[in-house]
Amino acid sequence: MTSALLYDRLQFAFTATFHYLFPQLTMGLAFLLFYLRTRVLLTGDTHYEEVANFWTKIFALNFGFGVVTGIPLEFQFGTNWARFSTYAGGVIGQTLAMEGVFAFFLESSFLGVLLFGKRFSRRVQWFATLMLFVGTWLSGYFILATNAWMQHPVAYQVADDGRLFVTSLSGLLTNPWLFWQFTHNMTATVVTASCMVAAVGAYYLLSGQHQAHAKTFLRTGVVVGAITSGLMIFPTGHGNADQVFQHQPVKGAAFEGLFRTEREAGLYLVGQPNLETMTIDNPIEIPGALSFLVYKDLYAKVKGLDAFPRDEWPDNLPLLYYAYHVMAGLGTIFVLLFGTALLSLWRGWLFKMKWLLWWLMLCAPFPYIATSAGWMTAELGRQPWLVYGLLRTSEGTSPLVHSGNALFTLIGFVGLYLLLGMLFILLVSNLIRQGPVSINLSATHLPQSPGA
Amino acid sequence: METAWFIIVTLMLAMYVVLDGFDFGVGMVYPFIARTEAERKTALTSIGPVWNANEVWLIAAGAVLFFAYPKAYAAGFSGFYLALILVLWLLIFRGLALELRAQVDHLLWRQAWDAALNISSVLLAIVFGTALGNLIRGVPLNQDGYFFVPLWTDFLPGSAPGILDWFTVLLGLSSAVILAFHGANYLAMKTDGFLHQRAVAAARILGWMSAGYTALTVMAVPMVQPSLALNFTRNPVVYLAPLIGAISLGYSLYFRLRRRDTSAFLASSVFIFLMLASVMFGMYPYILVSTTDRAFSLTVFNASTDSYGLTAGIGWFVGGFLLILAYQVYLHSQFFGKVRSDDIH
Repeated sequence: MTSALLYDRLQFAFTATFHYLFPQLTMGLAFLLFYLRTRVLLTGDTHYEEVANFWTKIFALNFGFGVVTGIPLEFQFGTNWARFSTYAGGVIGQTLAMEGVFAFFLESSFLGVLLFGKRFSRRVQWFATLMLFVGTWLSGYFILATNAWMQHPVAYQVADDGRLFVTSLSGLLTNPWLFWQFTHNMTATVVTASCMVAAVGAYYLLSGQHQAHAKTFLRTGVVVGAITSGLMIFPTGHGNADQVFQHQPVKGAAFEGLFRTEREAGLYLVGQPNLETMTIDNPIEIPGALSFLVYKDLYAKVKGLDAFPRDEWPDNLPLLYYAYHVMAGLGTIFVLLFGTALLSLWRGWLFKMKWLLWWLMLCAPFPYIATSAGWMTAELGRQPWLVYGLLRTSEGTSPLVHSGNALFTLIGFVGLYLLLGMLFILLVSNLIRQGPVSINLSATHLPQSPGA
Repeated sequence: METAWFIIVTLMLAMYVVLDGFDFGVGMVYPFIARTEAERKTALTSIGPVWNANEVWLIAAGAVLFFAYPKAYAAGFSGFYLALILVLWLLIFRGLALELRAQVDHLLWRQAWDAALNISSVLLAIVFGTALGNLIRGVPLNQDGYFFVPLWTDFLPGSAPGILDWFTVLLGLSSAVILAFHGANYLAMKTDGFLHQRAVAAARILGWMSAGYTALTVMAVPMVQPSLALNFTRNPVVYLAPLIGAISLGYSLYFRLRRRDTSAFLASSVFIFLMLASVMFGMYPYILVSTTDRAFSLTVFNASTDSYGLTAGIGWFVGGFLLILAYQVYLHSQFFGKVRSDDIH
């Protein structure tokens, strides 16, 4: 790999991974906030209004970091991946431009209303929240449509000069790949948000502050988190794995660590891929499980990496393997944790179970790790292709941006984002420390309400 | 169809400069004219609810450029690599400053973000003006349709140009002065009291400076890119656009003296919009002019996506654009008039 290609890839991977730490909470919280604001609108409940206002503050801070870190991604298609943009712009330009026109204006306009609209009525606040929910999820939809096309190109034709052009806009927007990718990804955002809401609730309860709010946080986070973390595995995770084995079998073989084509292929829970011997070291394996999951048959033959030419293997096999296992492992842990918490909540024990509250509190960073690992699975597994089966990553870079320039900006981004990360943690801790009561966006409406 | 999208991109960019332009302008002038903390909060609240929606015009214009003219997007963004990454970093600082300043109640925290907002606003205004200068002057596109310009070479707009030369620097400074004027007009319209008076005083000085810089720019453009006048010679009636633009600047100064704040702001908006539209009209059909060989230039015809894509795009763009207008009118009408004290936080 030339060093310019390496830096281009590292820069996109780094800026995209860092960026996505923010929108996943934005999209998930938008869903929860819409639920909270609807409840406020229907019942006029001031307690729920305080809860909604608190999470609106977190939402806004998070949204801001998402906006500033999102712009570089849109620009980098051109700055670092010019040949890819020339080649595929006739297709993905559609979805990216639609995101700009349909999602960004909607989000940014109504965020202004929600943040500066202390004087607005509950109905307006509810409407602005709905528009933010729609806007952020639309944004997710268009970006996933773009990525789905890179994973599974549809609705395109090759022109005389070799560039690709879209042949059917509806075909592009209803890419069959998109269905499971969208449901899986968007459900994951709600898991992240629920986990965050539950974790802050657990923190307040364990430290003896804001008891009433803490219990609402926990109830909301645990119920929604249990449902969504279950949906992550079945059907959405399963649906994704199915389409990978159907359309990108080499990716599937690589992330499962299946070097040889086998009948009764096993599922590795733990183990380290060894590229010298083409085996998994220290394996803990469930025999036949992979054959069963892919083909519903314990004895079915699953294609291993040896069935594919070496130059079509994903180029960082161990990292892909670990990313997939971290994602799947954490996903399983979330189901167990939230399942236990839901059961305890239902039986009325949760608020007294200190050990479980500790687990819920410490769980907060792990959905971020799981989603990052999930995206690494999807994207590392797409290698060596930039557009699957059509354009290799090495053929997509900018021809005249040399490695010195790329490394300069990569270092700059790393330094700048380090600062951003520290600022975010500082400010979000600040908001959590202030708590839900002192923050009251609608204080002007409720002069008589106690505690306002 | 290729031409229709050129008009759309022009429109979106001009909207961006008019709208986010006053955000930059406020960022440039407020630390000097808003002295107390209450005044600074008022100044920042005047752009607080709208700056993000304004900035989206740039992002959306970039995405529409990518969609309609993928080759021009790829060539331009990779060719101006360093300058564009610099823009990204500055936009990050500008956004953070506006969002984070009110988060911590500490003097040093506020001073740091005031400085960050001020410096990033000045530099962004300069960089965008410089970018326009580069488009007018042309770039060394090769026969594959790519180029790379360093930040500077010999500061001359010759055959081996850099991003910075005397011409592009002149446009950068003009841009900073004009947007500062525009921002001061905006502040004068949105505030009252001492802040209002100081904004009016700043706008007067900046207005005269804008007129001076505009005159210099208008004289410099034919020296660097004589062919920009060709389209005007063919359609002399379009000379009205820059003419009305210049008259608008005059009106803005006149309204300034007559203390008609809203009219002064609207006039500076019209001035900026028409000047940009005139440049784009002169550029047509070129998007990136090659200084190496005119034949290597990227035009709306050889850089565009195919006709199905362009036509399908018109379908959704018309609907989307009406929605955008609806949101923006709603947003700006909600915060119309002087900054309200209950919006400040």
